[in-house]
Amino acid sequence: MKVSNATLYLEGEFSKHKVYELERELNSFLKTEHINTVDLSGISMIDSAGVALLDEIHTRLQPKARILLFRAASSEVQAVIDTFTTLKLEVQARDREMGFFEKLGDSALYGWSQLVETFTLASEVFYYSVIGLFDRRKQRKGSFVQQALLLGFDALPIVALLSFIIGFIIALQSGVLLRDFGANVFIADLMAVSIVRELSPLITAIIVAGRSGSAIASEIATMQVTEELDALRMMALNPIRYVVVPKFHAITVVMPILIVLSILVSMIGGAIIALGYLGLSVEVFYARSVEILTIKDIVISFGKSIWFAWVIVVIGSHFGFQVKGGAEGVGKSTTSAVVASIFAVIIFDAIFSLLYL
Amino acid sequence: MKNEAIIEIRDLVAKYGEKTVLDGISVDIYPGEVTVILGGSGCGKTTLLKNMLRLYEPFSGSVRFCGEEILTMDEKAFNRVLQQIGMLFQNGALLNSMSVYDNVSIPLELHTKLPRHIIDRIIRVKLHLVGLSEAIYKFPSELSGGMKKRAALARAMALDPLILFCDEPSAGLDPITSAALDDLILDLKQQLSMTIVIVTHELASIHRIADRIIFLEGGKMLFNGSLPDAKRAGIPQIDRFFEVGKF
Repeated sequence: MKVSNATLYLEGEFSKHKVYELERELNSFLKTEHINTVDLSGISMIDSAGVALLDEIHTRLQPKARILLFRAASSEVQAVIDTFTTLKLEVQARDREMGFFEKLGDSALYGWSQLVETFTLASEVFYYSVIGLFDRRKQRKGSFVQQALLLGFDALPIVALLSFIIGFIIALQSGVLLRDFGANVFIADLMAVSIVRELSPLITAIIVAGRSGSAIASEIATMQVTEELDALRMMALNPIRYVVVPKFHAITVVMPILIVLSILVSMIGGAIIALGYLGLSVEVFYARSVEILTIKDIVISFGKSIWFAWVIVVIGSHFGFQVKGGAEGVGKSTTSAVVASIFAVIIFDAIFSLLYL
Repeated sequence: MKNEAIIEIRDLVAKYGEKTVLDGISVDIYPGEVTVILGGSGCGKTTLLKNMLRLYEPFSGSVRFCGEEILTMDEKAFNRVLQQIGMLFQNGALLNSMSVYDNVSIPLELHTKLPRHIIDRIIRVKLHLVGLSEAIYKFPSELSGGMKKRAALARAMALDPLILFCDEPSAGLDPITSAALDDLILDLKQQLSMTIVIVTHELASIHRIADRIIFLEGGKMLFNGSLPDAKRAGIPQIDRFFEVGKF
């Protein structure tokens, strides 16, 4: 590479492997020398990176030279230049970034539209669930049992294990304090009220949201992405009725069963501490637990659990139907469904607690 | 035909479980040629392509790239080979979390020392060549199937590879875009002496670009040669393939 009589003579290989060094070498010439002609006859090989470098030379010399000439490229080199030159391309502008208040407004509108769509979906799910109780023709045979096993039976081990551990821990933490005050016997009251009214419905709902809510969202999202839902529509089948309603029916039945299991196992966890650490007898623990509980507690517990189950199905289905894009969209929908379900469960739990203290 | 083979495949056997999908394929790919792998659905075309590139592990056989055996090559050496290879997958296989621009920039950023402004020019020209200048900052989820495929082709040729493998490049494209893609493939072949291996069913495309065709059936190679020779060979399966595609 050299400059003579205002002509830059380029030579050698102009490939992606050489461009880095060539550009550093060129920088010194382009800064100091006056150049109005670039001679390409010495270029033995060029690829798209080399052409990009020539374009860069052109862009940098053009403002300084009144007339800029690129000459004497071999026909092979010229053909590659003609294919890969960027000089004729229009630069595409990136989309303008939104300002803070635009983003805020956009998010608020998006949140509102999501809320409206969720309520619309919920109303359709409730409607078709009631219809579906009396007319099962447009639901697949066996879908209720299949979904009940999937959403309920398969969740039994994890619900039982976590409930046991939580019952055990609560009893242990409370037992230490109660023993200091000589109030050992109240462990049964404490366990019964906290487990039945609060912890079992909440813990079970969070487990079901994470496990079954994600399964519902990913199944529906995948069906949406692979056009299975469109295929159902074209067969004159309502996707909500065909896909969502069996899940809705199944979870309405299995959630109270899971709650019963969770309560029993948590109480067993608590009983181990009450008997082993606090010295209570089985009879006393059982009698006080039953005595402290009212029908209202039981009703609230089951009412909450069924409400949470509905929330999980509706939110999971909503995010499944809302999926955009391909496989990545399915992942995003599933994550959003789990986060939103757990959030909604906790919010509704707080509302229930305030309403039925 | 000419020169030494750039890829030499010998006795390649591929299996899915007990099922033999490729049964002793031996074939040479020559530099600067467009080689088209043909055959009915399920005959092993894509499997052959993926076995050549170690995306699937063959049951037995040998694949040599520029004289070097790649099936037993260590990962570092194989990565150097891969930098000379571009692959267009059947469904594009773009990274969905990145824009089209960023997808094309991946090989350029990770495998070269090119300055940013040079990379920017290369990305823009490659996307222009595949007709996607307007979609440069879009995300894959915003593109049609054909656009995704074209974006993926731009990514595959970002490094001006020595060999470009294309798995059904024209599938899902309209005839005009498909013809433009064929012209681009011919340009790449002529101007960069690129070797191109294509799996396709598109007869119009085969007629436009193929220097050599490899016809597979039931995991075996029925024919390897030029298109006119294939038509003259009198092999019933090949005759039927071209006959039913006439219009």
